Amino acid sequence: MSTRNMIEAINDAHRVMMERDPDVVVYGEDAGYFGGVFRATAGLQKQFGKTRCFDAPISEGGIVGTAVGMAAYGLKPVIEIQFADYIYPGYDQIVSEVAKMRYRTAGEWTMPMVIRTPYGGGIFGGQTHSQSPEALFTHVAGLKVVVPSNPYDAKGLLIAAIEDPDPVIFFEPKRIYNGPFDGHHDRPVTPWAKHEKSAVPDGHYTVPLGKAEVVRAGGDLTVLAYGTMVHVALAAVADNDIDAEVIDLKTLLPVDIETIEASVKKTGRCLIVQEATRTGGYGAELSALVQERCFYHLEAPVERVTGWDTPYPHAYEWIYFPGPIRMKTALKKVMAA
Amino acid sequence: MNKQSPSRSNRPALALHVPEPKYRPGDTPDFSSIQVPAAGEAPRPDIAAPDEETFPLCNSLVRVLDDQGKAVGPWDPKLDPDTLRKMLKDMKTVRVFDDRMYRAQRQGKTSFYMKCTGEEAIAVAAAAAMDPEDMHFPTYRQQGLLVARGYPLVTMMCQIYSNAGDPLHGRQLPIMYSDKEHGFFSISGNLGTQYPQAVGWAMASAIKGDSRIAMGWIGDGATAEGDFHSALTFATVYQAPVILAVVNNQWAISSFSGIAGAEQATFAARAIGYGTAGLRVDGNDALAVYAAVRWAAERARTNKGPTLIEFFTYRAEGHSTSDDPTGYRPKGEAEQWPLGDPIARLKAHLVVLGEWDEERDSALDEEINATVRAAQKEAEKTGTLSDQGFDNIPSMFEDVYSDTPWHLTEQRDASLAEAREYLGRDPE
Repeated sequence: MSTRNMIEAINDAHRVMMERDPDVVVYGEDAGYFGGVFRATAGLQKQFGKTRCFDAPISEGGIVGTAVGMAAYGLKPVIEIQFADYIYPGYDQIVSEVAKMRYRTAGEWTMPMVIRTPYGGGIFGGQTHSQSPEALFTHVAGLKVVVPSNPYDAKGLLIAAIEDPDPVIFFEPKRIYNGPFDGHHDRPVTPWAKHEKSAVPDGHYTVPLGKAEVVRAGGDLTVLAYGTMVHVALAAVADNDIDAEVIDLKTLLPVDIETIEASVKKTGRCLIVQEATRTGGYGAELSALVQERCFYHLEAPVERVTGWDTPYPHAYEWIYFPGPIRMKTALKKVMAA
Repeated sequence: MNKQSPSRSNRPALALHVPEPKYRPGDTPDFSSIQVPAAGEAPRPDIAAPDEETFPLCNSLVRVLDDQGKAVGPWDPKLDPDTLRKMLKDMKTVRVFDDRMYRAQRQGKTSFYMKCTGEEAIAVAAAAAMDPEDMHFPTYRQQGLLVARGYPLVTMMCQIYSNAGDPLHGRQLPIMYSDKEHGFFSISGNLGTQYPQAVGWAMASAIKGDSRIAMGWIGDGATAEGDFHSALTFATVYQAPVILAVVNNQWAISSFSGIAGAEQATFAARAIGYGTAGLRVDGNDALAVYAAVRWAAERARTNKGPTLIEFFTYRAEGHSTSDDPTGYRPKGEAEQWPLGDPIARLKAHLVVLGEWDEERDSALDEEINATVRAAQKEAEKTGTLSDQGFDNIPSMFEDVYSDTPWHLTEQRDASLAEAREYLGRDPE
């Protein structure tokens, strides 16, 4: 057992799987010699050679497109899109090819690949280094969409994703990649900023895809969250002294409906937290699912805490970012209804 | 109103160039401006030659068969008569198959069809020049690859009819075949996507130290897609063992090749900018196609890098059954095409060699007609598109994922309930 932050846990997941399976290849912009701009693939080229971990041209369409060919050959590519904000040039390959290949070929060609990408804000990244585009992918039949919220899960989920026979989009909350932020970039100072190293087992283990986890049990309210927002939710609930049940979804597609349904039927109230822009976001899907399945158990309308419907503003990041104040307002509203 | 600031008022107005084909409906087509070099004129570099030695070939045309049907020059692959006869048979089969399936669509037996009339030499000769275990990433006019590799015509037709014999379970548009065993990757309707995929497959083969190579296919129009350029970048950067073919048939539905940039440079010349080998080849000359693909394949197989090949040809028919080419180009253009009919040219070559005659040609035509007709009869026993109904609804929900998640299970059950209500009984 070691202690690792999230980026170290992700790095270790690669290493474990590359050691176990010679068909796992890792590439992306700067992913080879340097080990990626966030260092998620650091040391892999040195250990496994440059044909198993290498730098790619700045061409997300090319990175995903070649990964399709590699998966068709029989390899298991784990590709890095440097920022989720850069994924759009690869979108056609992901949506039209990766997601649909098993279906359109009746299972003859499958796409066992993982598309890893750092997402989300809170790092002063401006519009093009802060987006949360997960809803673009949860709308696509054939993809699995995973978002870890802590180092243990990041490693276990990534190993499960690499071993999964279906293509997985793996959104990594870069806000909590490296543990605490240095002071002046981190305002206001928040509990989730202190997301430090935690116990991460050495070697192989998995955290199952498609399973959510109740990370805080409670009876008054269900909070559905994923990624960085799990920590925002936990902090807000504690600050406001609410007996809330907080669920870390971990996998958005397919989502663990049983855990959600059981919790909301128990508490009768539901608050959904997402970092992404509001309209058409994944929270809207969660809200609809809860309404469809738990309506007669609800004692208050389902509420959403989200980013605003603007592009991500650099200078006003902490006004955009769903934080404790927005959470507190929503919690009050749901509890008062 | 073109308002100009005082400082720009005496500058010339800029003009946008929108390319137009030389001839539109009602015009008399004339291809005399196309430079057709004599057969045998193009030099043939060694397969290990540096890339730049091929660059002059990107602006000429590799041709082997002359107007009399003789094979001439350094690119003559000197094929044995049996191989030539097989290529002729495969090309004829593709044409007969196309004609029957086109008619089947007109008879309402399927929704859609695409012929490759005039382009039969390209896929058939490429298949002959590659090894059977090499992988193709085709686009939608390479049915000749499947025919040449012996894929059952009945199965091709079942795919077109989306019937119970369709290996793709009615999930793909007709003609979007897929068969791993025959080295034919699944066709996408989003153009160009298969190009980087071919490169990725070839890279994987190299990563594993395999000896198989890949060939990617694209049309002239789709070279404008980003995928074309990312494929060339990856292929060149990693020296992937891949052949990248551009089938320049002059038309992308109704847009002529100038809209994809053909006025300013040949498609083969794209190779020069990437620093990779390039060839421009007479696509209606089966021997030239064979020789070029063979050259590129040997180059790829010996780690000398990728090759971009432009096959210069003409789409003699419409884009698809949904297209009426008389709306945008003159009638009779195909007959004027200066590179002729690929089937007639290969036949003439066999006759010149003394390995073929009219009698055998007629007998072959008859045999192919009978074979294709029999295959169609067989395929239609399993049903046509219009017969498809409510059998096996659950299969529609399979293969989205390796296992069926809860939401698809619920939706499958809902669809069965709908079918039950519609039919007034349980679906079969």
